[in-house]
Amino acid sequence: MDQFFFYMFSAVILVMALLCVTAKNAVHSAIFLIGTLLGVAGLYLHLGAEFLAGVQVILYVGGIMVLFLFVIMLVNIDQTLKEAIFSGQWKLGLIGVALLGVELVWFVAKGTGLPEKPETHAAAPAAAQLGNVQQVGDVLFQSYLLPFEIASILLLVAMVGAVVMAKKRI
Amino acid sequence: MIPVSWYLILSAVLFVLGVAGFLIKRNVITVFMSIELMLNAVNLSFVAFGYMLGDYNAHIFVFFVMVVAAAEAAVGLAIIMLMYHNRKSLNVDDIELLKF
Repeated sequence: MDQFFFYMFSAVILVMALLCVTAKNAVHSAIFLIGTLLGVAGLYLHLGAEFLAGVQVILYVGGIMVLFLFVIMLVNIDQTLKEAIFSGQWKLGLIGVALLGVELVWFVAKGTGLPEKPETHAAAPAAAQLGNVQQVGDVLFQSYLLPFEIASILLLVAMVGAVVMAKKRI
Repeated sequence: MIPVSWYLILSAVLFVLGVAGFLIKRNVITVFMSIELMLNAVNLSFVAFGYMLGDYNAHIFVFFVMVVAAAEAAVGLAIIMLMYHNRKSLNVDDIELLKF
């Protein structure tokens, strides 16, 4: 059953990502990217990260991709549809990408660094009663409180910056 | 029980697809979407490692990566809008002011 879900979600992720990269229309690319993000959310559920799966759907699919679609609506997409979809250096790019892919897969296939089941897994049964969301909340607001506040300031700065750049006259 | 290396290979392939889109696409909005693909690939490997080690700190890392991705998307899309208003083009080959 585990394997079935893993294969299903990875097939969705890979097919959607490939279509996203090769689609001619930017709107289609965005829709395929949403499919990829939902597949990744499914794998998060599979890996016991319920909180992240929820955040992935709400923040990425509900927030970032809607922003993308808004921008695609605001710019004139018809003009780009007439041009070629790949840029001038696509051959050089593909050679670099092939090298990178071979390198990454080779390293993952060769690697034997970490043991599959370290001792820290013994703490899981006691923690499992709490549930993933509560645990992440505990860690986030105790050990990582300062990074959390810094992240909120970063979001504020990004919001102000986006408004300043997108508005013609302030 | 699925070995963690399968997740890592999936993540590597997803990352490579993102890099491919980043390098070969002509439309700047799709180039930007490819960056999101790469971020998702790295997040997936973070969560897979966290699952393997039974460590919840990986989830915090991924959460912060998502926050930074949201901020980056907002600022980046504002830059794309500005670029479109100034140049009337979304083609990355047209933006060559810094080209040698």
